[in-house]
Amino acid sequence: MDESRRKAGPPPAAAGSRPATRPVPYRGGGFRPRRVGWVGPLVFAGLIALAEWGTRSGWIGALTLPRPSDVAATLWQMALSGRLWAHLAPSLARLGVGAALGVAAGVSVGLAIGLFTYVRAGLVPLVAALFPIPKIALLPLFVIWFGIDEASKYALIAFGTFTPTVVATYGAVDNVDRTLIRMGQSFGLSWGSIVRKIVIPGAMPGILSGLRISLAIAVILLVAAEMLGAEFGIGAFILEAGSLYDLEQLFAGVAILSLLGVAISFFIGLAERRLLHWRA
Amino acid sequence: MHLSLREVSHSYGATRVLEGISLEVPAGGILCIVGPSGCGKSTLLRLIGGLERPTAGDIVQVGTPPPGCLNPLTYVFQDFALLPWRSAQGNIRLVLEDHGLSRRRTREIIDDVLARTRLSEYRDVLPRNLSGGMKQRVAIARALAVNPAVMLMDEPLSALDAQTRELLMEDLVALWLRAPFTAVYVTHNLAEAVRLGHRVAVLSRRPGRLRELVSIDKPLEQRTRTDPDLAGIERHLWEIMRQQAEEADQELLDG
Ligand SMILES: Nc1ncnc2c1ncn2[C@@H]1O[C@H](COP(=O)(O)OP(=O)(O)O)[C@@H](O)[C@H]1O
Ligand SMILES: [Mg+2]
Repeated sequence: MDESRRKAGPPPAAAGSRPATRPVPYRGGGFRPRRVGWVGPLVFAGLIALAEWGTRSGWIGALTLPRPSDVAATLWQMALSGRLWAHLAPSLARLGVGAALGVAAGVSVGLAIGLFTYVRAGLVPLVAALFPIPKIALLPLFVIWFGIDEASKYALIAFGTFTPTVVATYGAVDNVDRTLIRMGQSFGLSWGSIVRKIVIPGAMPGILSGLRISLAIAVILLVAAEMLGAEFGIGAFILEAGSLYDLEQLFAGVAILSLLGVAISFFIGLAERRLLHWRA
Repeated sequence: MHLSLREVSHSYGATRVLEGISLEVPAGGILCIVGPSGCGKSTLLRLIGGLERPTAGDIVQVGTPPPGCLNPLTYVFQDFALLPWRSAQGNIRLVLEDHGLSRRRTREIIDDVLARTRLSEYRDVLPRNLSGGMKQRVAIARALAVNPAVMLMDEPLSALDAQTRELLMEDLVALWLRAPFTAVYVTHNLAEAVRLGHRVAVLSRRPGRLRELVSIDKPLEQRTRTDPDLAGIERHLWEIMRQQAEEADQELLDG
């Protein structure tokens, strides 16, 4: 009995020989991405270099993918001839106006849903009904309502950014720490002060991360609207290049859209670092 | 100004939480409320401060708040309730902004309360960079800034470690000695109650009734951690609490 128990236990250190030592294995770390500025550009540069090498060596056929250096040359010529700006300027205006309207309305309605019982009861089902509608399907309707010109494109982009912004905003308001609101009330802060100084800053992280999604949707809708009816604009340019099977121009247009996406992401990141510096 | 509670009862739905509490909160003293966890201490404090309405009974202010008082009934919360996006002084400024004070007056008040809580050096530090004890001192400074008639403190030291608790207790005594304030101080820690309370109200287990009201005459500045008189009172309070807990246990067995 005694003997068997001794066998089951840890082996006793033999006299004279030191027990084996090894460091305790490290199991922490991770789950906390850091900011590393150079990796993103490196991934882009690597992919572009790969495409360049592939098209030059003939490993990628000329009809499969245009040579990146040719796309860059096309972009450069467009910039020199002013064609780039002629297409980019109306697109940026549409995106700016449409997204500004949609985000402003979305944040306001989202706040109202977050703050008022009856607004919530009335609008949450409505937003749920509007959210899954592919907004591009409504473009003909918007053309009838707002005309074929800019207004219908503004409306489409605004509507497309509105619903995700509403959902992100009221979710963010719901997540504001209630004890902070009770604190504000207990110090007799006015309703407006509580909303401005406690609810809105507390909801800001959620609103900004919703903005990333809303603005990506805005770019998609911008291109779609321009493909369906515009003379100028990046969408119209891509459509034209596509119908001519001019792959260099097509990819030049796509590159502009990607740059737009990167720029939007950069500015939201900037806003997060400025507005949310208080977070760990 | 002092507060008077008359036959205050409160229920949440069918759960009776407080029953027939009659208490005076005299001006210039600290009233400690102790009782087993879940007996309704926090609820009572919310009723006193007007964050909830009692189901029955009255809570009345007797007299008018002192001049210069911006928020007569002011809380200090267990979890500090500081805005993480505002610095120490920003958190204090928050509660002054709605009162239309001049910029100079605001600054004077902030300087004064930060000095009283020994935080002058940390005025621009965000809460996430402050220790727990400092956070609670900011919260206390914020409460002092509105010059309250009654401070309502809900386990203000319970989120802190034992050493910090001891230091902050000394800070509270020093603050009170410099400028006596009226406070209702809820705690489940009997040592805190006998160190800070001029009177200690013991509540029964739920539904909370007033079991006993103990007065402690020894002046605050003479009370120490090892005082034998206080130890005696603490033992007495503990006996009452233990009886409550045992009865609750028994009830569970029977039920
Ligand atoms: N808002 C509420 N709704 C329903 N029940 C509550 C609410 N707040 C507290 N209670 C209940 O009331 C009782 C007393 O709670 P509380 O006052 O927080 O006790 P204490 O602070 O003494 O620990 C508990 O049983 C708790 O579950
Ligand atoms: Mg409590």
